[in-house]
Amino acid sequence: MTTLTPELIAQHQLTPSEYSKIVDILGREPSYTELGIFSVMWSEHCSYKSSRLHLKKLPTRGRLVVQGPGENAGVIDIGGGYVIAFKIESHNHPSFIEPFQGAATGVGGILRDIFTMGARPIAVLDSLRFGRLDDGVNGARNRRILGGVVSGIAHYGNCFGVPTIGGETIFEPCYDGNPLVNVFALGICRKEEIFYAKAAGMGNPVIYVGARTGRDGIHGASMASAEFTEESKQKRPNVQVGDPFMEKLLLEACLEAMQTGAVVGIQDMGAAGLTCSTSEMGSRGEVGIEIELDCVPQRETGMTPYEIMLSESQERMLLVADKGREEEVFQVFRKWGLEAVEIGTVTGDGKLRVRHHGEVVAEIPNRELADEAPLYSRPYTVPPRGGLIPDYLSTKLQRTLPAMLAAPDICSKRGIWEQYDHQVRTNTVAGPERCDAAILRIKETGTSIAMSLDGNGRYCFLSPREGAKLAVAECCRNLSTVGARPVAATNCLNFGNPERPEIMAQLVAAIEGIAEACSYFDTPITGGNVSLYNETLGEGIYPTPVLGIVGTLKTGEPVTIPFKNAGRKVMLLGGIGDCDDTRFGGTQYAKEFIRELWGLPPALDMEYEQRVQFAIRKMIAGGLVESAHDLSDGGLAVALAECCFGPNSIGALIDLDSDLRPEMLAYHEGPSRILISTEYPSKVAAIAEKYEIEAPIIGVTIEKGLEIRQRTVTLGAWEIAALKTAYMQAFESYVR
Amino acid sequence: MKFGVIVFPGSNCDHDAFYAVSHNLGQKAEFIWHDSHSLGDADAVILPGGFAYGDYLRCGAIAKFSPVMAAVRQFAAAGGLVMGICNGFQILVEAGLLPGALIRNRGLKFICREVRLQTATTNSPFTNAAHKGQVLRVPIAHGEGCYFADQRTLDELEAEDRVLFRYLGNPNGSLNDIAGILNRERNVMGMMPHPERASDPLMGSADGLTVFQSVLHAVVKA
Repeated sequence: MTTLTPELIAQHQLTPSEYSKIVDILGREPSYTELGIFSVMWSEHCSYKSSRLHLKKLPTRGRLVVQGPGENAGVIDIGGGYVIAFKIESHNHPSFIEPFQGAATGVGGILRDIFTMGARPIAVLDSLRFGRLDDGVNGARNRRILGGVVSGIAHYGNCFGVPTIGGETIFEPCYDGNPLVNVFALGICRKEEIFYAKAAGMGNPVIYVGARTGRDGIHGASMASAEFTEESKQKRPNVQVGDPFMEKLLLEACLEAMQTGAVVGIQDMGAAGLTCSTSEMGSRGEVGIEIELDCVPQRETGMTPYEIMLSESQERMLLVADKGREEEVFQVFRKWGLEAVEIGTVTGDGKLRVRHHGEVVAEIPNRELADEAPLYSRPYTVPPRGGLIPDYLSTKLQRTLPAMLAAPDICSKRGIWEQYDHQVRTNTVAGPERCDAAILRIKETGTSIAMSLDGNGRYCFLSPREGAKLAVAECCRNLSTVGARPVAATNCLNFGNPERPEIMAQLVAAIEGIAEACSYFDTPITGGNVSLYNETLGEGIYPTPVLGIVGTLKTGEPVTIPFKNAGRKVMLLGGIGDCDDTRFGGTQYAKEFIRELWGLPPALDMEYEQRVQFAIRKMIAGGLVESAHDLSDGGLAVALAECCFGPNSIGALIDLDSDLRPEMLAYHEGPSRILISTEYPSKVAAIAEKYEIEAPIIGVTIEKGLEIRQRTVTLGAWEIAALKTAYMQAFESYVR
Repeated sequence: MKFGVIVFPGSNCDHDAFYAVSHNLGQKAEFIWHDSHSLGDADAVILPGGFAYGDYLRCGAIAKFSPVMAAVRQFAAAGGLVMGICNGFQILVEAGLLPGALIRNRGLKFICREVRLQTATTNSPFTNAAHKGQVLRVPIAHGEGCYFADQRTLDELEAEDRVLFRYLGNPNGSLNDIAGILNRERNVMGMMPHPERASDPLMGSADGLTVFQSVLHAVVKA
């Protein structure tokens, strides 16, 4: 019997007060196994103990919300008798330690969350952040991490058979020792066929299915709840190994088993494995669960109860079946060649009781374990501020535009997304880099789903609240730019150590910003994930909330980014906008040419933003828009260039009526702006007028070349091929 | 006519092939489970893309031992039309129904992109609806699609007009730019690109439908 010393308790990342709460709950000292069980369930990763009080501020209800936070994924009604389930999750820590498997199992985890709900996964998007690839010291390591993460995602998603259709990839030194790997997945099912992770029915059998349990991933959840140190690299055994083929079998078998009607509730075994699935299913159903560990299929001999309960072996599910109908369930799993074993029963006493060789090794009330982790109202001060406005010289647009297009955050990421199967299931109407949002058709209903992920650590560092609002606005704008109406959101909150008051301040402000913007744009948060302690050697990341927002539209040919024909009017919905030195410090231009971060993020007027989005949707619905692209990283000049990269290389002659300094005019990142080309400028102008937004005609599309003037003075003129080469080939040169 | 679509546990383009021939082509289709010993009354069978049994060993190396492959062999020997797409091509090669091998892409990475295919022969039940040299836009999505064979096999394929499609702008290092081939009897074909993904203009191209239309012509005529 292991003695629980204060050191051992500390190693489990439980504080003395948390430990005494455990003793109170049990009315005795915990056993070693129980200590392990509490440590994972009460880890930051599983319990959200630092963030939960603030997460309550998020809007979670809406007309279309079928299931909000608290289940494995949020669920939204899309009409026609169908719902979609979606969520975003991080796998940051494992991806740093072992990039390939870390990212692969990240994909596996979120896919299980989706099909646990009874929904077949039909789309994956990913939001990735790394240190700079050209960094003199860490560049080689960052390239290795990027390569591993991308092939890990490809390996898992491609084999599983889900298209990876979009996302973002950003590079900043602050992600050097702490890459962010956030994966979004979305699935579909019939409305009446949603499943919940709830145990019910005393005496019903508890069934374990899927891969065998090994010693891999023990303590993954607590690893994800601590800062990194030099020793962290030794935690490689904490990262699990993914088997996408097994996951595919599990998907098909689970969906088929659910069809039998004999399944009462089901939950995947992700973080904290068997511990989390048993106690959460019990807690949700307000019942007890008793299991015998001897029945758990094991990959290795001699595993202790502690190891079996804490293992995070992948591709496992726990389900509760109707007593007497187990055989129907077993039959389905046999067909798919999977192991399915009864390991226990649902009881009426509300306790998680774990036996090993018949002897009780843990006995804990489910509710206290799963839902009553201590919550912390951690002290917070104010977020750190950006630097002062540096002196900088004006530059020539002629020279800077090709360089901006080749900047790591802006250049084409074809080298990444071509490694992902983005077409399987033949629903991809708009895959990567074709439109501002990814679009997937739903064959069954005639509607399509548009999806966008966005986050901006630079903006959020300068103002977590405004940065978070900008991310929500940008996602919604991406959707509106393809004609979709934003309906619901999920978020992944990547932050540093919440025990530091200035970091906690960032978290609180960002959550409040998301709450404000999601309420305003009527996109309730239906679920998500919090990833804290993203620090290495005391160096925190930028506060990086990543938003995933989904919208709906009618299925049809999408409005894509590139100009289609010469002789069309180029109009800038929302207008040229304004900027000053303070608001210029978070831009890509400041990053690439001044190498500084200062001031404040671009100013957002949500009310104006909303009107711009209403207007573009109206214009697209009226068939007035031939091409559309919203302005984001790199501002107007970058967006203009990107519109010229179509198959026919149609260019534009642009003349801007503005007093702004040329580099500010070209590159400021003020939101609420969408660039369109149209054959019907007066009809567009009429709609713009109705919504009281600016919509200046800034130029005309032409057969060859891009030229940008400011009040008739040429700022730059380029051949499209030269710009396109810079844009298309930059990424390859970074990864070489 | 009726298409049979074989389903291995790790097939993931089975539904796409089914949808292409039923919804887009308007013919009957039926799934055939991998442990089935018969192909039922299918007029032609499709081995779809995916990762048949995980493909952790060599693509298709395990699939060739599955019960349904015995039925496929018999069906082919009797002159039935067999189409292997992507993983299906890899399986047919492993099973010895088609010559050569499919090895890792020259760039060592999985590639998903639209490619241009030149129709190298129209003398086949899979390309009779195309005209010789016709260029089709069809996507590829594979990590191991580099067609490889010894010189004698290549010479034979060329001499017997058994190269079905060639890549324009070879994406994976395939010898002789080969994207698809026929067996000697011309009733079994394998191709790495995915015609089922290019069977609907909304998916970017409907050029792939030509392949299924050819099969329809061949079956109806017979």
